[in-house]
Amino acid sequence: MPVKNFVVGCFAEEGGLFKAVKKVRTSGFKLHDVYSPYPVHGLDEAMGMRQTSLHTAGFFYGLFGVIAALGGMAFCTVHSWPLNFDGKPHFPLPAFIPITFEFTVLVSSVGMTLTFCWLCQIMPGVKKHIFHPRQTDDLIVMAIELTKDAQAEEVKKWFTDLGAVEISEQKAETGWWYGNFAKPAKYEQEIESGETVTS
Amino acid sequence: MSLRYESIVREPLINGTKDFHQVTEDIVRPIEGKPGTLWYIGLYISVAMLLFGVFAVFWEVYWGIGVWGVNKTVDWAWAITNFVWWVGIGHAGTLISAILLLFRQGWRTGVNRAAEAMTIFAVMCAGQFPIWHVGRVWDVFFIFPYPNTRGPVWPNFNSPLLWDVFAVGTYFTVSVLFWYAGLIPDLATLRDRAKTKLRKFLYGYFSFGWTGNVKSWQRIEALFLVLAALATPLVLSVHSVVSMDFATSVIPGWHTTIFPPYFVAGAIFSGFAMVQTLLIVTRKILHLEEYITLGHIEAMNKVIMVTGSIVAMAYCSEFFVAWYSGDYGEGGQFWWRVDGPYWWAWWCLITCNVICPQMFWFKKLRRNIAFTFYMSIIINIGMWFERFVIIVLSLYHDWIPSSWTYFSPTWADMGFYIGTFGLFFTCYFLFAKYLPVIAIHEIKHVLRVSGESYKQNMKAIEAQPLTDFVERASHEEHVSTGVGGIR
Repeated sequence: MPVKNFVVGCFAEEGGLFKAVKKVRTSGFKLHDVYSPYPVHGLDEAMGMRQTSLHTAGFFYGLFGVIAALGGMAFCTVHSWPLNFDGKPHFPLPAFIPITFEFTVLVSSVGMTLTFCWLCQIMPGVKKHIFHPRQTDDLIVMAIELTKDAQAEEVKKWFTDLGAVEISEQKAETGWWYGNFAKPAKYEQEIESGETVTS
Repeated sequence: MSLRYESIVREPLINGTKDFHQVTEDIVRPIEGKPGTLWYIGLYISVAMLLFGVFAVFWEVYWGIGVWGVNKTVDWAWAITNFVWWVGIGHAGTLISAILLLFRQGWRTGVNRAAEAMTIFAVMCAGQFPIWHVGRVWDVFFIFPYPNTRGPVWPNFNSPLLWDVFAVGTYFTVSVLFWYAGLIPDLATLRDRAKTKLRKFLYGYFSFGWTGNVKSWQRIEALFLVLAALATPLVLSVHSVVSMDFATSVIPGWHTTIFPPYFVAGAIFSGFAMVQTLLIVTRKILHLEEYITLGHIEAMNKVIMVTGSIVAMAYCSEFFVAWYSGDYGEGGQFWWRVDGPYWWAWWCLITCNVICPQMFWFKKLRRNIAFTFYMSIIINIGMWFERFVIIVLSLYHDWIPSSWTYFSPTWADMGFYIGTFGLFFTCYFLFAKYLPVIAIHEIKHVLRVSGESYKQNMKAIEAQPLTDFVERASHEEHVSTGVGGIR
């Protein structure tokens, strides 16, 4: 994953942040991402994101669950080994509803949760760069990627004008990797020791 | 901005002057500090109870079900009573985390994490009983429909006992997913505050690399919402299915159509009582009185009162139908409950479940912590007796008077039950020490609207004319924030 340069502005209030988000879309800066300790409603829309399709995925997992449960039970009781319970039908739909329902819920929930993890690229042991340790505590953190159109000083000034409480410049890898939050990643060690970082 | 407005008439959900950092500090303090002596004493007692339970189960597996008090007439007794009791307790957690989420009840944020944890531990305890009751526990996997060399012989999908396996299994899985998804952002908070290497590693590992970026928040909220929508019918179905274990069999006292709603209401009733028991102690010991306020306790007492009244109605209707149906066996069975050899169990049930909860009509008592704690234990005793009455009191006088008998538990019955208490409290003590008992990010989400210190700002808003407020609010919403979210 490439290592890039960022200017990071921290906001204590949602108010200043919304102003910044609105402005960044017209300023020509490249907004990397915004990090917050709690869900800030409306921020996704303000940043121009579309609504997630996770619900739709959940529906299709559920549909698969219904078919798998009914199909599976029909296979067992009609095809594989038809048993005679008091002359009752081999495929008694009402009696199969509870299991079908439970299985639908099970498949849908497990499927959605796994899809969620995959979409967000999170799983046990994954490490990602944390721009500010208080981004999971009380600060809303906005990272702007430096490009040839956006110089560090210019972005810093821009953040100051918008009322950011803390501003810093950072080199960071943007992706995720297996790692351990107890020790710095390889690229961080290289940055520390002043070696050139290949991207 | 994106915040909803909430009237100052409504009681604040978070007391005291708090900012976001203070919220983190308050909730994380017990995790980062050393546990007190009380915690150690509690944990050791729980582990001792758990070990006693393990021994009781070992004894049962070694000698067989005969070491329990069950006999050929009362062939289901303590184990299934305890199973239904524990599953029922679990229901409050899902009600708080899922149903109250759909109904947009802000007060769930203070109690949902602990209640959901309680659900998981209670279902773990419940699951033990059917597993060990099968006798030859090494063959317990026969209940799953997998291709086998015995025919293949498939389980009977028409049987409520198999429905139960699917219902409880699904319920446990979905509860764990819901609970853990909510924990991920809070574990990330712990990770970023961690001082020691071990903590950084463990909280880092289990927080899945969460950073709190906008898209992830959007997705996790969608996930919460859909899981809540799935968990809501699920929780109602679980205890309905449990009740069908009884209702579909042709035994007087069991084959009643009222069982599913009656069991669900009873489950929520006992579950909330258990939440009260746990949280009243937790808030005191961990100093979380500002997050789990009297308002929370009162709200839960209201739920207890409503569900308690539903349960009372169900008792009345059972008796009415037993008389009105003209069924001789049914009528006799119900009369023996009142005036038979087990009269004490039935009267205990009526006192604990019907008479006591009605005291919550008084606001003073709803807001009295000592009284609530006392009542929560009374109610759980009552709900245990309800299951005992339904199960044992419908079996001990069966169709042949010569086989009428009386059931008494043995030490192995009791040991198993005590063991599940050990399992439950061991898990709860570890949870209270190593994980945040209150959902930090959810508290932060409601803090600006429902925090006591922030409510003072609402005074200025309430002073202005209503039309101004509506106009500005709709304008702001339109411009910058879009539709307010679910929480």
